[in-house]
Amino acid sequence: MSRQVSATINGDAVDFLCEPEETLLDVLRDRLALTGSKEGCGSGDCGACSVMLDGRLVCSCLVLGAEAEGRVIETIEGMADGKGLHPLQRHFLEQAALQCGICTPGFLVAAKALLDRDPEPSETEVRYWLAGNLCRCTGYDKIVRAVLSAAAEMREA
Amino acid sequence: MRFEAPETLDAAVTLLHGEAGLARPLAGGTDLLVQLRAGAVEPDLIVDLKRIPEMRQIAAVDGGFRIGAAVTGAELGEHPDLKKAWPGVVEATELIGSTQIQGRASLGGNLCNASPAADSVPAMIAAAAAVTVAGPDGRREVPVEEFIAGPGQTCLAKGEIVVAVNLPPRPDHAGDAYLRFIPRTEMDIAVVGAGVSLTLDDGGLCTHARVALGAVAATPILVPAAADALIGTNGDEDALTRMAEAASAACRPIDDKRGTKAYRIKVAGVMARRAAEIALERARSC
Repeated sequence: MSRQVSATINGDAVDFLCEPEETLLDVLRDRLALTGSKEGCGSGDCGACSVMLDGRLVCSCLVLGAEAEGRVIETIEGMADGKGLHPLQRHFLEQAALQCGICTPGFLVAAKALLDRDPEPSETEVRYWLAGNLCRCTGYDKIVRAVLSAAAEMREA
Repeated sequence: MRFEAPETLDAAVTLLHGEAGLARPLAGGTDLLVQLRAGAVEPDLIVDLKRIPEMRQIAAVDGGFRIGAAVTGAELGEHPDLKKAWPGVVEATELIGSTQIQGRASLGGNLCNASPAADSVPAMIAAAAAVTVAGPDGRREVPVEEFIAGPGQTCLAKGEIVVAVNLPPRPDHAGDAYLRFIPRTEMDIAVVGAGVSLTLDDGGLCTHARVALGAVAATPILVPAAADALIGTNGDEDALTRMAEAASAACRPIDDKRGTKAYRIKVAGVMARRAAEIALERARSC
């Protein structure tokens, strides 16, 4: 039984239909063509589907689409400002903090959530905050360094 | 499957009670959605409880706290008064999963999922927490240690839901702590968990204590003998040793991939002792 859901996604009012069992990740990818959020595990372990839901970092694979009624959602698609990349995105590129790229949107959304609440995290804090984002390519070190250098640049801006 | 998101408790109870098929309440969904995906549960109705204001609030009540069952771990960790009064309960909840999971997972959900290894449950039992249950026949209070009936099983009847977790008032010189053992630094399921809550008198003697263990029996357990070893002492070496022995003696664990019986029994004593040392330190400093 489809239901109509109205939510705000990346600042835009969006209406969509969804089945009760569809996850928010299914809705974003399959109904709204917002394919930046990735499905890795589908069970909340890998963080590739990370989005902001009413200002909270969550796995969109563990949210039902129907729960989004009236909620504010931010995805990786809303991170760059037009053609201008967010400093985190730029530092990920400049420092090769990605290889295959599947985990990258989730890492970026999660890292932005951290820097929005703590502009000067320690390396340990970055590693703990990002423990729910798995990467099988980089070994994490370049990701952590990119987050720390983006944070440093953002503090000076 | 149908999805409903009522805005009152009465409406939620009516929906859950009136469903002829299988109904499941939804709080943070960090267990339920995983079970749905795995096909482990195929409900006819899901009732989202998060639009019910009472389920989402933390209230200071009569010197204690009333925590809505759907309040998230992240919200608990951001509540300074709660953290000050019950650091063990908060740290136990914050151990569950990643930042993303913390944004959704709730005390009520962790309890109702009824895992023997649930991190928040031994801490709540040690804290002498009771849950408020609402159902078709009204409300009742259930001590947390009586709530879980077995792995995945609770005392809830059809149509009943956990509304809130109630933490009692905190006297001076009281402290609690929770520790779990896992073979890595984070993001794992407890091999053993231990929660301790205690109160000291002005001279530093322990007047009240509760010790609870997780992942060492079919349900999280309260261990009165371990508490008795602390009461009347100042938490000296001898008392801590006897407390650890009582904790180990209460364990009825299974062998599984996370640890053997013998290992869990030994580690339970070690974790209980270390948690008691932290709780004592906290009690002495307030």
